[in-house]
Amino acid sequence: MRKTSHWLWLAALLVYLFLYLPLTVVVIYSFNDSRLNAEWVGFTSRWYKVLFQDEEMIQAAINSILIAIGASLIATLLGTMAGIAMHRYRLRVLPFLVITPVAMPEILLGVSLLLFFIQVLHLTLGLLSVLIAHITFCLGFVAIVVRARLTGMDESIFEAARDLGATPWKTFQLVTLPLIMPAVIAGALMSFTLSIDDFVITFFTAGVGVSTLPLQIYSMIKIAVTPEVNAVSTLLMLVTLGMIVLAAKFDKTVLRGQG
Amino acid sequence: MNKERLTRWLTFGPPFIFMVVFFVLPAFIMVAASFRFPGEYGGLAPMFENGTWQFTLETYRFFFSDFIYTEIFLKSFFIAGLTTLICIALAYPLALLITRVPKRFRDVMVLLVVLPFASNFLIRVYAWMIILGPQSAFSTAVNSVVTAFGFEPVPLLFSPFAVIVGMVYVHLPFMVLPLYTNLEKHDPILLDAAQDLGANAWQRFWKVTWPLSLPGVYAGSALVFIPVLGMFAVPDILGGTGDILIGNLIKEQFLGTRDWPFGSTLSIMLTLAVLAIAALAMRYSRKSLSHA
Repeated sequence: MRKTSHWLWLAALLVYLFLYLPLTVVVIYSFNDSRLNAEWVGFTSRWYKVLFQDEEMIQAAINSILIAIGASLIATLLGTMAGIAMHRYRLRVLPFLVITPVAMPEILLGVSLLLFFIQVLHLTLGLLSVLIAHITFCLGFVAIVVRARLTGMDESIFEAARDLGATPWKTFQLVTLPLIMPAVIAGALMSFTLSIDDFVITFFTAGVGVSTLPLQIYSMIKIAVTPEVNAVSTLLMLVTLGMIVLAAKFDKTVLRGQG
Repeated sequence: MNKERLTRWLTFGPPFIFMVVFFVLPAFIMVAASFRFPGEYGGLAPMFENGTWQFTLETYRFFFSDFIYTEIFLKSFFIAGLTTLICIALAYPLALLITRVPKRFRDVMVLLVVLPFASNFLIRVYAWMIILGPQSAFSTAVNSVVTAFGFEPVPLLFSPFAVIVGMVYVHLPFMVLPLYTNLEKHDPILLDAAQDLGANAWQRFWKVTWPLSLPGVYAGSALVFIPVLGMFAVPDILGGTGDILIGNLIKEQFLGTRDWPFGSTLSIMLTLAVLAIAALAMRYSRKSLSHA
């Protein structure tokens, strides 16, 4: 075994500190008994009480959850189809279509959808427009996870099902679906997380009437910062963390797939 | 066989149609919008009016007529480049270290890099707002050093410095992961061979590890450079009024002044820049992609 230099350990340790210190500060200050995020005054849970009485915040949370449920369900359905199709058929266009929105700067998808909704569909921006926008970027993610799962699989199982007289639908129901289920569930959970966390695309497609948690956090950061932001951030961190841990339990690719 | 074709269409059709309608079509609408006139009250003017089609190259001419727009583009490229370089400098030692610890610790160490990334993007930016804020312990410490040398105290928040720190923080995992994936595949025997041939630690790094890791560096750079180039939220939250990047300019056209044709033109310029960079990165990192 090659000896690893102490400098390397030190550098890596500093990078880990750089990664974790800021988030720790956010969490710690959510319990600080002061309006300012500056000095530690004393422990309080009052910002969490403020948070749970903030009706705008609660409405935003409800919107976020509704959109995330809708977007993850539809994106999982379409994304699974796309993943299977990309694996089974030699397609050139579909992989490009589902992966590009994930690879482009988010603002581009946001503004082009804004234009499209208003100019072409004459849609009033709101829950529906946000829902559609979220499906657009979640779909590719599900497709990638599902395809990755299929790639490692033995093709002969599907042939066997066909030889035994199963229709394509039966094969899907009895063979393909149970096999890819972990990836489908992981994709759904990741879509939920991506949707509930999205700021940029939501920012452009939500219009004035509808708010989501990230939009609410943004306006608080921009207008009046209080430790209530820290409190909501801490809770949101716990939710996403739980989701990701759960998703990773079903399929490991989600941990690497985000890049 | 007809049934097979039907199956094919049923799996491939719905996601395909969805993406055509909600991704391809909007992209074309945006291209078209960039050639149109702005509406009297914002938005777009009618496409067909007074018996003629109303198309123009005005927004493109306007873009080049005032140097400030080119300047903002150049500045965005500069910030994205600097962010990428800092990310390489921070991610490389970490990725290298992870490949050198015993196998059972590696997954945990990679997970520890991804984990903060799971928190909301705005929260990660907001964290730096606290740390760099004028009353924070960090700002006070920095400024006590600065004043000790006889300089005026410097505000850390709402500065280009804050923008860079925020950009690096938000994008760092994008650099660590591809780098680690690449470094993990290096055969340690190569380093032993170099050592036997008399190469010192520094030479072993520069002549063996670094050149072999280039595909990973290119892949990570694309993953950092591209999103930074279009980012508006970080300069919006951590930057001052002068720290505007392409993303802020685009956002302003769509939600502020509501000059949609110009906003579309800027978006198309950004798209072209991104495509060029992606093509470049793809060319250089093809090796690493085919392994991943």
